[in-house]
Amino acid sequence: MSSASETLMSSTAGKPETTAMALLRRRNSWRAYEIVLWLIAFAMIFAMPSKALILTEITIVALFAVSLDLILGYAGIVSLGHTAFFGLGAYAAGLFAKHYFAEPVTGLLVAGIASGVLGFVTSFLVLRGSDLTRLMTTLGIGLMLAELANQMAWLTGGADGLSGVIIGPILGQFEFDLWGRTGYIYSLVTLFILTWAARRLVNSPFGLSLKAIKTNPVRASMVAIPSRHRIVAVYTIAAVYAGIAGALLTQTTSFVSPDVLAFHRSADVLLVLVLGGVGYLYGGIIGAILFTLLRDWLSVITPQYWMFWIGFVLIVIVMIGRENLARWHTFLPEPLRRAMTRIANWRPGAKIGGSR
Amino acid sequence: MLTILFDGVAYGMLLFVLACGLTITLGLMNFINLAHGAFAMAGGYITVVLMNRYGVSFYWCLPIAFLVVAAIGLVLERTLYSRLYSAPHLDQVLFSVGLVFMSIAAVDYFMGGQQQLIHLPRELSGRWEVFGVGIGKYRLFIIVICALLAVALQLALTKTRFGSQLRAAVDDGRVARGLGINVPVVFALTFAFGSGLAGLGGALGAEILGLDPNFPLKFMIYFLIVVTVGGTSSITGPFLAALLLGIADVAGKYYVPQIGAFVIYAVMVLVLILRPHGLFSREGTR
Repeated sequence: MSSASETLMSSTAGKPETTAMALLRRRNSWRAYEIVLWLIAFAMIFAMPSKALILTEITIVALFAVSLDLILGYAGIVSLGHTAFFGLGAYAAGLFAKHYFAEPVTGLLVAGIASGVLGFVTSFLVLRGSDLTRLMTTLGIGLMLAELANQMAWLTGGADGLSGVIIGPILGQFEFDLWGRTGYIYSLVTLFILTWAARRLVNSPFGLSLKAIKTNPVRASMVAIPSRHRIVAVYTIAAVYAGIAGALLTQTTSFVSPDVLAFHRSADVLLVLVLGGVGYLYGGIIGAILFTLLRDWLSVITPQYWMFWIGFVLIVIVMIGRENLARWHTFLPEPLRRAMTRIANWRPGAKIGGSR
Repeated sequence: MLTILFDGVAYGMLLFVLACGLTITLGLMNFINLAHGAFAMAGGYITVVLMNRYGVSFYWCLPIAFLVVAAIGLVLERTLYSRLYSAPHLDQVLFSVGLVFMSIAAVDYFMGGQQQLIHLPRELSGRWEVFGVGIGKYRLFIIVICALLAVALQLALTKTRFGSQLRAAVDDGRVARGLGINVPVVFALTFAFGSGLAGLGGALGAEILGLDPNFPLKFMIYFLIVVTVGGTSSITGPFLAALLLGIADVAGKYYVPQIGAFVIYAVMVLVLILRPHGLFSREGTR
């Protein structure tokens, strides 16, 4: 990255702001692999209509993982209670549909706002202390919500879950069908819009300043980055995303159980993100595909003990080292590697600076 | 009222023995080890198997549980944990969560998912009535053992040569190495000892806490509370925190069962907001 920006500096030796603009625009342009990924995802609607349910699940997990990536990959906050926002969104969407208004898009917004408010309030707790304190507070908040959902049976149905949620047609037009096709299209469109927004966000000066805070908080504050405000903002946004993911789960399954707040969900989403790679948004999506397929496969061969193998995968990943997994392509033979880099970094539009 | 206090003290003592190994790995060595409960569970299951299948006396099970779990801890420390001391916290979290998942599924596979029961020796069951306070014999047994352990630990840490070596290694590993202290060996022995204590606590607590494959997840938060609230400067901090937690939990479950464990989590979050380094910490620690 640094060499690229240096060539950029020398070639467009104009005003610094034009250089900065060019750099940002360059980061923000679509890469070939992203376009291919989305084309495949949308082609799945027609290619595998019978697998719509698992595809929906992948989409929801992907959105949840993208949300975690915003705080872990960009702001560097290790959270063990991210499922608090997911679960709150799920319950908010379920209760809203049951008692007020059955239209799902409104439900998504309501769930997003509810989780966002919780995220905003709790974000002040993650500002303080070390990694351990943050882990404990996020974990504590997640457990508190789980306990609340369990105890407030008059509202949430307690351990039996919230049943009788009936979701109306999307925007009054598209009815959810029995095979989950509408559900998949709906979730995929939501994921696409939100990922697009997140791309814009992380490639903006805001996103760059987050990366600066993560890499070196002291130096970041020396170049006048208001790190507290930035962390509060990104934590709130991530909470909104997680809430919407939870709401999608409620709306596509018409059911909420206390399982949405269980600790293993927070651990699962960490694994998803780590499988895909932290800190480039698509890690969440790729990880979700890998994780769901892996779990599906494991639960077929060992229905009761797939947890063992999930744990095993986690340990293996840590032992190999995440950074080695992230640069797996460097172990390929040289010509293949160069071709891959070119394909992956190809993007439409004029070239700025030299080619890499 | 006093009976609840007594039960709470016994519960807190038990939590202290379970968690004090974690005080050292997490608090002093700065390793986020969420798998500590798995060691405790191992101790509990060793006791169950020895007593129910082989008819070993309960008193013999306790030292055996300690030694076997300490050995497991030593092996794991040498093979896996020691590589991650300087890894990012995210890696440590992932690794230990993976270990928890594996232990849960493995125990489920070998022992089944049901709650395990042990039969205490006759002289430990039952209770005395002293001035209207019901004193369970087993709980008194736990309090005596745990109190002895706490005193012994405090003395070992402050008065013995090994204790000073450990404190030196924790405070500044490089300087300690420079002085000829074999830091990896000190850490390995400490880790093994802490795991062994967790195993002993698991064996002692099998009757009170209940033992099923979800044990490590269920009690993970309690151990973490003891360590974070107690701070890491000495044995006293976690000890007091464990007592408070035990009394608060027992009293909370007795008086306000409808809100359950909510109070404990709320108090923990509150303490962490007000004192991020724990209630009883010296200032300026790592």
